[in-house]
Amino acid sequence: MTQKWLGLRAGLVSLALFALIVGAWHLATAGTGTAVKMDPAYAKLMGATATQGKSAMPGPGEVGAKIWQHLKDPFYDKGTNDKGIGIQLAYSIARVGIGYLLAVAVAIPIGFLIGMSPLMSRALDPFIQVMKPISPLAWMPLALYTIKDSAISAVFVIFICSLWPMLINTAFGVASVRRDWLNVAKTLEMSPSRTAWRVILPAAAPTILTGMRISIGIAWLVIVAAEMLVGGTGIGYFVWNEWNNLSITNVITAILFIGVVGMLLDQLMAKLQRLVAYAD
Amino acid sequence: MNTAFISVQGLTRRFADPSGRGELTVFEDLWFNVAEGEFACVVGHSGCGKSTILNILAGLDAPTEGHIIAAGKHVLGPSLDRAVIFQGHALMPWLSALGNVELAVSSRHPDWSRAQIREHAMKYLTLVHLDGSETKKPAQLSGGMKQRVGIARALAIEPRMLLMDEPFSALDALTRGSLQDEVITIRNATRQTVFMITHDVDEALLLADKILLMTNGPKAWIAEIVENTLPKDRTRAQLHKLPNYYPLRNHLIEFLVRRSRELALAPPPGPTAHRSLPIVRPATTFAPHAPTTALSDPAGEAPAGRLSASHVSAA
Repeated sequence: MTQKWLGLRAGLVSLALFALIVGAWHLATAGTGTAVKMDPAYAKLMGATATQGKSAMPGPGEVGAKIWQHLKDPFYDKGTNDKGIGIQLAYSIARVGIGYLLAVAVAIPIGFLIGMSPLMSRALDPFIQVMKPISPLAWMPLALYTIKDSAISAVFVIFICSLWPMLINTAFGVASVRRDWLNVAKTLEMSPSRTAWRVILPAAAPTILTGMRISIGIAWLVIVAAEMLVGGTGIGYFVWNEWNNLSITNVITAILFIGVVGMLLDQLMAKLQRLVAYAD
Repeated sequence: MNTAFISVQGLTRRFADPSGRGELTVFEDLWFNVAEGEFACVVGHSGCGKSTILNILAGLDAPTEGHIIAAGKHVLGPSLDRAVIFQGHALMPWLSALGNVELAVSSRHPDWSRAQIREHAMKYLTLVHLDGSETKKPAQLSGGMKQRVGIARALAIEPRMLLMDEPFSALDALTRGSLQDEVITIRNATRQTVFMITHDVDEALLLADKILLMTNGPKAWIAEIVENTLPKDRTRAQLHKLPNYYPLRNHLIEFLVRRSRELALAPPPGPTAHRSLPIVRPATTFAPHAPTTALSDPAGEAPAGRLSASHVSAA
């Protein structure tokens, strides 16, 4: 009962805060009436920003209308520089998906190897320690030079940035599987592969999923920056393109969409995480 | 001895000293046998290496010197012939009670169908009275129920011998009692060979046929083997009313509180002496303070539970 009330009260506070922010935003960007007297023809040329003290920042109403417009028709395609936000987001999600899945395919087996073999753990540690702090975007020129394809380069950047959290978490999860469980596997004469599948993988799954959740978050952060660099398609490119168009309304809209998609990706991973969680 | 089912021969375990210099000898030159169908129990203080013996027997640890022959085979690693019941139950928390037993059954019988595995696992869960709770995860089970699953898992692979590492030490007294009764029932039905570690004297007296007394470590050694002279059909309820109970109990307690420490300081009586460990049968006596140590002939001629004063003969 109290739990329900807490949820309701929290919801109300959220709504109030939302109203407060939108209200402040509205007040801050609203015009103040005629601010400068000038020739009507010149004023028309200058626009509301100059003549009525109107901020260059769009107000919540304009952004809301823009969002509605995008939601009504998210998948239109009117040439290279005019695609619906749905298409742009789909490009970004596809890039993240491919790069991320490649990273999963590499990080989890290597993580297993590192976690199970103290030798490999020590041998690979210096490489990981050096590679991990490199900003994924620093790889971009090298990727463009070697791969010679901007779209694939963006995927590569996603791959490289998703790799490390998954690798490190998998290795940690595998290395910290309880000795008791491994002893059970041994006394049951389980083969190494059976032990890996039936004991180590389920035991380490929550830790691995934590790494995967961190990775998807980072990948979504990085894709925007990567697409600003490589251009062509994607939500990152959309933001940059709209900046060049000086359409701040579209930039703000895109920012909100990026946030919502990032949240959905995170929720998806959280769901998977709950699926493999176990109470000890 | 031809009857030995488990034969421990000159077993020594040394660990590298934590300081990095030299070695730490846990125990040295242990010799003892366990016959088929026998329930043997090692009693000693913590740190004397009891669990290490069990781990070596399970094949999870290797001796520094010596070896173990179990069921006619040299113990070189873990085997499905030797099932272990772990102290901390060691159930996989992501599997249900049934899933845990099924994992063991499918390891024993990789060629069985799912239905066969399920049926076999269910049979053993029913044996430990857990039918009805088979879908529960370990976290939803009480400590005693978890250990029951552990027992079912060990029995389900139908091992040649059961190894129990202080299986009930983490449980409260009531639960421990009911599980001990369970073990008695199961063992009476299966005549399973059991090797158990405990520090609970009453548990040893209730369950074991013979009790190996281990001195304190480091360099622990088995000082003597106490034959349990209590009637085979003893139950927990009447245990303390049996005439032999107090002499036996006093003997074990005396060993744990005093002799285990004193003997640890005294060197063992020469390497070969272990091969004919003194077998002790604290005899029935009506005087509670009568000498409780009765060294009998290792050949074991004296009948168990005889109403006589202690008799001593040279080993």
